[in-house]
Parts: sequence; C-alpha cells; structure tokens
Amino acid sequence: MKHFFKLMLRNPGGLIGLVILTIAILVALFGPLVFPTSPWRMVQRPFLPPFTLSTVPLGTDALGRDVFAGIIYGARVSLLVGLVSTLVALAVGVPLGAIAGYFGGRIDDALMRFTEFFQTIPSFALAIVLVAILQPSIYSIVGSIAIVSWPPVARLVRGEVLSLRTREYVQAAIVTGQTHRWIIWREILPNALSPVIVLASLMVATAILLESSLSFLGLGDPNLISWGYMVGAGRTVVRQAWWITVFPGFAILLSVLGLNLVGEGLNDALNPRLAGNGR
Amino acid sequence: MPESSSISIRDLKIALPPGSERPYAVDGISFDLAAGDIVCVVGESGSGKSMCAHALMGLLPGSVTIESGEVLFEGKNLLLSDDDGWRGIRGRGIAMVFQEPMTALNPLMRIGDQMMEMFEAHGLLSPPERRQKALDLAREVGLPDPERIVRAYPHQLSGGQRQRAMIALALALEPAVLVADEPTTALDVTTQAQILKLIRNLQSSRDMAVMFITHDFGVVADIADRVVVLRHGRVVEQGSAAEVLGHPEHPYTRALLAAVPSLEPPVRMPITGQSRAVEVIGLDKTYVTSGGWFRPDRKVQAARQVNFEILKGETLGLVGESGSGKSSVARLVTRLIEPDRGTVRLGDIDFTSLGGSALREQRRRIQMIFQDPFASLNPRRKVGAIISDGPIAGGADPATARQRARDLLAMVGLDPLAASRYPHEFSGGQRQRIGIARALALDPEIIVADEAVSALDVSVQAQVLALLEDLKARLGLSVLFITHDLRVAAQICDRIAVMQRGEIVELKPTAALFASPEHPYTRELLDAVPGLRSPSHAA
Repeated sequence: MKHFFKLMLRNPGGLIGLVILTIAILVALFGPLVFPTSPWRMVQRPFLPPFTLSTVPLGTDALGRDVFAGIIYGARVSLLVGLVSTLVALAVGVPLGAIAGYFGGRIDDALMRFTEFFQTIPSFALAIVLVAILQPSIYSIVGSIAIVSWPPVARLVRGEVLSLRTREYVQAAIVTGQTHRWIIWREILPNALSPVIVLASLMVATAILLESSLSFLGLGDPNLISWGYMVGAGRTVVRQAWWITVFPGFAILLSVLGLNLVGEGLNDALNPRLAGNGR
Repeated sequence: MPESSSISIRDLKIALPPGSERPYAVDGISFDLAAGDIVCVVGESGSGKSMCAHALMGLLPGSVTIESGEVLFEGKNLLLSDDDGWRGIRGRGIAMVFQEPMTALNPLMRIGDQMMEMFEAHGLLSPPERRQKALDLAREVGLPDPERIVRAYPHQLSGGQRQRAMIALALALEPAVLVADEPTTALDVTTQAQILKLIRNLQSSRDMAVMFITHDFGVVADIADRVVVLRHGRVVEQGSAAEVLGHPEHPYTRALLAAVPSLEPPVRMPITGQSRAVEVIGLDKTYVTSGGWFRPDRKVQAARQVNFEILKGETLGLVGESGSGKSSVARLVTRLIEPDRGTVRLGDIDFTSLGGSALREQRRRIQMIFQDPFASLNPRRKVGAIISDGPIAGGADPATARQRARDLLAMVGLDPLAASRYPHEFSGGQRQRIGIARALALDPEIIVADEAVSALDVSVQAQVLALLEDLKARLGLSVLFITHDLRVAAQICDRIAVMQRGEIVELKPTAALFASPEHPYTRELLDAVPGLRSPSHAA
C-alpha cells in the first residue's frame, strides 16, 4: 500500500489531480457550513460584475444571486451525483460482468446481449428520456446516469474475469471444493480490481459532466443548485454577463480534469508495466 | 587476450537498481569466446546469465547500469558504442537467438520477409538477391519446403520450425558470434535434440563462436566445448566441458551436477496387493474450436480412449511432448474439464457422474499440484488463507483449519509463520511447497502433479521431488505425475505411461520401460533426452 502511494505521488499529473479533488471534496463537505447563505437568496443587484464587492466576489446572476455561493453549494450536488451514480453503476456492472465471465456459455451470451442492448442507445439521449419520464429529481438523475454507465463496467469486468478464471489458483480453488460464489468473490474479483478502480474514477468525471448537461437542459433537480444549472441559466446573457456561465463552467472543468488526472495516476500506479519505463 | 578469441568479456560488472536483492546482477565476469567454440554459460535462475547475453548485444534494460568492465570485439570495446555503433554490430557481428521463438518473430510478417529485412536494415544486396538469400538460409537451417515456408507466417510453423527460422535470421549476415539464450528451453525433447544438432553443425561449418546460455546440464553435455558456471553473478568455475562435467572442482558445480536426476531408474519394489485408488476407463476429449461460417470447425483430440489405474501408494508417470494431451488428462481426472466419454472412478465412487455439492464434497479426495509456482497462488491472499480455504469450504472449523495450515507448512519444510505472509515474498521452490501444503490440507488420497517441478531450478527440483517422495510414503498417497522430463520420471515413478497425440502408446513399470521400450515413439523420446553422454548418467 505504501508502495502504491509512492507510485501515485511520483506521477505529477496524479498528484495535481489528487490536490484538486481533495479541495473539491473539502468544499463540498464544509463549504455550506462556512457560507451559510442560501445560493437561491438574492443578495445584491442583478448582473453585478465579479471582483467589485468583497461580499459577492464572483458577482451575481440575473436575479441577484451570489455566483460564489452557487459554486460552493453546486459542488455538493455535482460530486454527490458523480459518486453515487458511479457506485450504483458498479453495483450493477461488476456482478453482471463477473457472472458472465465466470460461467461463460449461454449465461454469458444472454447477459452480454442484454448489455449490448443498452450500449446501442446513445447514452445521453437515453439519460434525457429517462429523466424526462421520471420527473427531474436527484434520484432520477442518479438513476438514469447509473443506467447509462454500467455497460462498460460489465464488459471490462467480464474480460478480466474471463482471463483470470483460467489461472491456476482459480483452478486450485475449484479442485479444493470451494463454491462458485466464494471463488468469484475471493479469488477472482480482488485480482480484477485495479482496472475497475481506474475506470470508476473516470466514470465519476463522466457522471459529473452528464449531470451538468442534464441541468443545462433544465432537467436538473429544481430544488438543488448545480453547476450545470448555473451554466444553463446564464447562457442567454453570456455576452453581457460572462461570469455567470464562466465560473461554474470552470468549476466543472477543474473537477473533471482532476478526476481524469487521478484516473491516469491510478492507472500508472496499478499497472506498473504500462507506466513506460517501469521494470 | 588470446589471439583466437573473437570476443572477450573482461571484468564485467552490471549494477542492479538500488533495493534489489543483490547489488550486482553480474559481478566481475571474465571469459573469452573463441571462433569455432561453443561456450555454455550455465546457472540457475537469477545467476545473471541472461544479463550477460544481453550486455553482449547492448540490450540491457534501462534499470541496470554497467559499472565497469569491457566487452572486446574486433579490438573495440563494445560497451562504449553509441546507438549507431550497436546497430552496425548487431546482426552483422553478433547475432542472438531468443528463448521463445513465437514472441521473437513478428506475427504479422512472413518468415521470408523477416529474413530479407535483415539485409534491408543493413542496406545490403538488391531485393531479388535478398529473396534468394532468404531461400538459401531457409534451406541451410533445414526448414522443409523453403519455397513455401518463406511465405508462411510464424503461427503456421511448429515450435521447432520457428526456432529454425529464428536461427536463420540470426545467421543471415554471417555473424562472427552467435548468442543463444536458452534457445531450446521452450521446445520438446525431440525437437530440442534436432535444434542442438543444427546449432552444432552451423557453428562448425561457419566457424562461429557460440555463447549458449542454458540451465540444463544435459544440454551442456551435448553441445559445449567450454563451460562457464555462474552463481549470483560470479563465475564459480570455467574450463573445458570434459573438465567441468567430469571433474568439477567447485562444490557448487558438484552440487548442481549431483542434482541432475539420472536416467537410470532406481530399483523399486513392485506394488502388489493394494486396492485401486483411481481407475480411468475410456476417457475421450475433443476440443472443438468453431471455425465460423465458412470454415470447418477445428478439432483437436486431447484424449483418445485413455485407460489406466493407479494403486494405493503408487506413482504413475504420464510423459509425452507438449500437445500430447497429458495436461488434459490431468484436468479430466480432477474434473476441471468434462470428458466427452469415459469414467473416472475414485475407489468405488464414479467421480464423473457427480455434480453440485456431491462433487464438491468428493473433490477433496483428489488434489492437484500445478506447474507454475507463480500463477498457482492467489497473489492477494495470505498463505495461511490459501491453504485453509479448501478445508473451511468443506465445513472445517476455521480456527482448526488455520492451525492445520501452520502444521502443514512445517511439514513441507517452511516456517509456520509463513502463514501470515503473501505469496510474492517466497521463491519459486517455496511457493511450490505452499502448493503442496494446499493439496495436502484436504487429506487427499490421490495427488495429480502437473509438471510440478518443471519450472524449478535443478537443485530446488531435487528438494521438491524428495519432499514429494517422502510425503507420499508417509501418507500413503497415490500420485499421477505428469512431466515431459524423462529423467524426473525415471526417479519418481513406479510405472510410466507414454502419451502421444491423446493416446497412451505404452504403459509399463519404469525399469522395464527404460530397459526395453517397445513403441517407436517411446524409443524416440528416450534417444532425445539431452546429455546421454553426461557423467551424471554414469554416476
């Protein structure tokens, strides 16, 4: 584990990503405690440019709401949606892929055709349709993002399991009379974990983008402020008041970039052979 | 430096990256390669023999550094060459043959094109001349039907043909020195014998110097003029083959030679009056690979009417070359794969008819030891858990099972504290002991050992074999011992079954098989064993 962190830190990109991500998480956790003003409250005159008043450092939007407060509160929604929908996607994709890869044959065929069914529909279109049908709420958004993002997990896990199940230690487990469930759980999955972790970190980034896109289209949870909603709300006045869209957009960019850098750092740390001049 | 030597290594020191198990991979090695000589560099894994070969070609990995020493070739120190200098020497001055011909050849290029590429890379000859040269080379290394084979892709060739093609590539530019890094290790014995003969012939007809790296003293005895024995990166002994093999001076060399199993089977009491532990009746297994829509399915018969029985306390050897189906039989008997037809009986139970939990319950009676000590242990589980998982799955009390695991570790000659460590902390031989402990944890009646000692160095191999013998005698086990190594089979088996293309062609008591092999294939196998002239054979 120590070795792993050393590798992670040796990669400057991964380190930067980790710093960005830590800041984002801290803001999401403690920001609302430090800035108790609701992001929906009108605090100043509309269209106040940034850096003019120290109480509203990033200016106000069309209704006089604090952009800075919006970004602080939006971090919660964005990160929460990213994290939870990824967890749900993993909870669906990992077992499905593991079962398909381990048992093979007809079961594999059936599960993979089912997976392909989801993969053939453009994911963003499916997410829009699902949220529109289910009414926009934080649950329907998380659910629909999870539904469109589990198939790659299932395919990845299936591929890993397919190669791991022929390993000698898995055969040894079969010969010693262990049950399928235990073999998958103890012998196979722990060894298939590293690529899944890497994929998951990138999925969180994609989920944040998806949530932003949905909110941008007005399909966000109406009771929660999110970065995508802010960009969407400010887009009509982007020429007069650039700050309303640019700052939340920058927040999205930074957190997605941070997650991608972490993902790459994880990849290098977990697959030392791919890290170029490894061993 | 003697006049005749075409390349000489002087006090070569290659440093490993900090934190490795020893500071130098190669620690002050000096020896000469003379034209017309085959020098065998022998050593166990980790002795630095491959590092030595790669230094000669300038192919050292980036993580190691050459600290001192020189490699003199045509009056120049190669270690001072830049990239251009190396390119001029590789292929033309010094050429290399690698261990695994499948990965050393480009899978997407025809054999002939790869040969022509050698000339092209050095800007030699015109395209038609190159083509002609490729044909000549294919003929010289004994590839059948050169016209056709230069147009074939590597996967269309057999292992031996691929290694011949590899040798042709190395010889293309008529190098003065040929470096062969374990060139026959991946091949079957009969193919190995042919390749060794080929290298011998080419070396004498072209008057090359050959550096032949191997871990196998049988091969050394067959091919070497001079021998250099390496241990931990140092030369422990060097001299002519007759000297080193006949009168080894250094205790390490003597120990290595003593560890080579003899082809002479020891006298064994015939086992009679025991009940049958396993009975295998008419096993058939055919692998079918679907050919798609337009091609017929590919069928490989891995087992054809395989019949044998193993008595209680008996060791049955199953020998054959790769692809003969011996590993498939091991997996059929342990029901890792399902037979198309046939029965495996354990005592009086029909093992093949069981399923579900009944099968899981009976599985403990027949356990397996795997070939690769690195792949057969789950890298993410502690040794204790690896051993006790089986009994716990079978309903044993976890605390008792863990205690038993520690006892078993002691029984196979490891520290019981090893139970709380991970597999990567152990050497190959130690891991194989862990694998044996895992098999024994279920108190089996039969052990199937699939090439259980093939991946180990000779000295370790001897220890593991001794352990197996001892355990077998103490616990009254029956063993199905699968190996390609007839020397090992001679030492450990009561009876031997010879397999060829999925069929058992001969099954006899060991002594009788070695004394009077009946089937032509058995005779071929016996003749191909390397080092028949070796001193260890006489010992």
